[in-house]
Amino acid sequence: MISNLAALPIIIPLIAGVLAALFHKKLKVVRVFAQVLTVINTGVVAYILFYVHQNGTVILESGDWAAPFGIVLVADMLSLSLALTTNIVAIACVFYAPKSLSQKQEEFYFYTFYFLLIAGVSGAFITGDLFNLFVFFEVLLMASYGLIVLGGEKVQLRESLKYVLINLFSSMLFVTTIAFLYSVVGTVNMAQIAERVGEVEQTGVLTTIGILLFFVFGTKAALFPLYYWLPKPYIAPNPVISALFGALLTKVGIYSLLRVFSLIFIHERNLTHEFFIWIAALTLVFGAIGALSTNNIKLVVAYNIIPAVGFMLLGIGVYNSTGFAGSVYYLINDMIIKAALFLLVGAIAYLAGTSDLRKMRGLIHHYPLLGWMFFIAAFVLAGIPPFSGFIGKLLLLQGAMEADQIVVAIIALASSLLILLSVMRIFIRGFWGEKDESFTPNKKAARGFVFPIAFLLFFSVLLGVGAEWFYPTIEGIGDYLMNPQNYIESILKE
Amino acid sequence: MEIIMSILAGVLFTTGVYNLLQKQMLRIIIGTALISHGAHLFILTMGELKAGAPPILEDAIENYADPLPQALILTSIVISFGVTSLLLVLAYRASKENGTDNMEKLRGSEND
Repeated sequence: MISNLAALPIIIPLIAGVLAALFHKKLKVVRVFAQVLTVINTGVVAYILFYVHQNGTVILESGDWAAPFGIVLVADMLSLSLALTTNIVAIACVFYAPKSLSQKQEEFYFYTFYFLLIAGVSGAFITGDLFNLFVFFEVLLMASYGLIVLGGEKVQLRESLKYVLINLFSSMLFVTTIAFLYSVVGTVNMAQIAERVGEVEQTGVLTTIGILLFFVFGTKAALFPLYYWLPKPYIAPNPVISALFGALLTKVGIYSLLRVFSLIFIHERNLTHEFFIWIAALTLVFGAIGALSTNNIKLVVAYNIIPAVGFMLLGIGVYNSTGFAGSVYYLINDMIIKAALFLLVGAIAYLAGTSDLRKMRGLIHHYPLLGWMFFIAAFVLAGIPPFSGFIGKLLLLQGAMEADQIVVAIIALASSLLILLSVMRIFIRGFWGEKDESFTPNKKAARGFVFPIAFLLFFSVLLGVGAEWFYPTIEGIGDYLMNPQNYIESILKE
Repeated sequence: MEIIMSILAGVLFTTGVYNLLQKQMLRIIIGTALISHGAHLFILTMGELKAGAPPILEDAIENYADPLPQALILTSIVISFGVTSLLLVLAYRASKENGTDNMEKLRGSEND
């Protein structure tokens, strides 16, 4: 009975999404329904997280098929803390949506797609089966295809085509890789794959398969040199949809990398993990340069997804518990702050009437609260203490130092400065400067945008200032990832 | 038999990738369809091709066929079917709105 808890974070949004489709034209009803259900789901996930924290991992063997034969859902601390963060982001987005979307977009099944996206993301976090991971990837991608074309503008259609194509290609490669892996180890259960790969000491063909998987997840997570598809499609849809994408989609890719390369392919680290460190460094540098290269504020934030992914990969590459803890901390922090930033630039672009940095100035005279919130968000992103970005980066750098990767640690620090510069540019050029007298502010709209963003920033600040409360748990996750034996035993029960 | 199937899957992949690299939208979609066919054949081949063996695991039965690849392939077929049809509609709308089906002309500029 208790094991059924593991499925709830997937089932609740799934059912909610279907129900929301039934009365999609009654906007007032569907809005309240979506808001209430999201809050309930967050409560449920928080409860399961608390339960797992007290009693250990909850495993659901679906259909009562014993572990290596059936599909298992594994609700451990890592997957649930990410699912909870997903839901926190979702709360902010669902309250922001009515202010940002047009009536037509909202009516056209926005809430259904939104719930299916949440279900897919939570499912990808919770599943313990590689093929099932592919299926949940497709669930969330299908929902994202729906969201990215919502509104059907010229730009959206053009960019979404590229987005769908690149994701379709990497999904097909994912299936092929699973087929390869299946022919070698004869199973798709992640715990059993890990066990069998350990038994044969990861021969050459398995390392090749590992790198193929890295390519697949690297495309989804937007790593160097596979990030080229990311920035433009992410800014084409409505800001609230951009926020969901930026906060959740690439993070699922990096979570999969974290899982696969802490659990399965860990025996040839001088080939794989060493390689990741350099990919991480290149991702950091190129992402930060990309963020500096444009005057479009939405594009600046979209480019900033890329170095963040680089940071998380660095933690996987150094392969020690501090690095893993840093990756997880940064992952949670980044989901929240990317959502907040996308919502912020969405609000700024809406209120200023343009997303071109050259055409705006002195906005802080009209919208002081929004300006200071952006200021805090920029500091969180760049990792200025005492905010949450700092703790994550500190752990990551500590992990890199422990692994004697001084050069990469320096590159990471330098790119942090570039990131700070890229977001501060928006603050300095957009918010500072002479008051534009001809500009008529829309204070009422601004007030509507403030609450969801403040909600996310609250969690960002809490994660930083209250690091002492969260750190032991995250450290526990780091240790847990360093000892894959625990994961394997809890599923296969030997 | 497995060798022939692997070569066939390889041919599907190459033609798929070739089509994927073209400029015309419809060709690209056909390319993705070919690649997904290749991937599906591949899954089937990886579970060993056997005829006439029952897909069950019991102590008395020595020679059995692996049922899992068939379950996987079915799931994968349904998904790629869905995505391909979505892609076709999307490509139709995109080419109609943008007035071209040439991917070279769909790059977009800096400020939109």
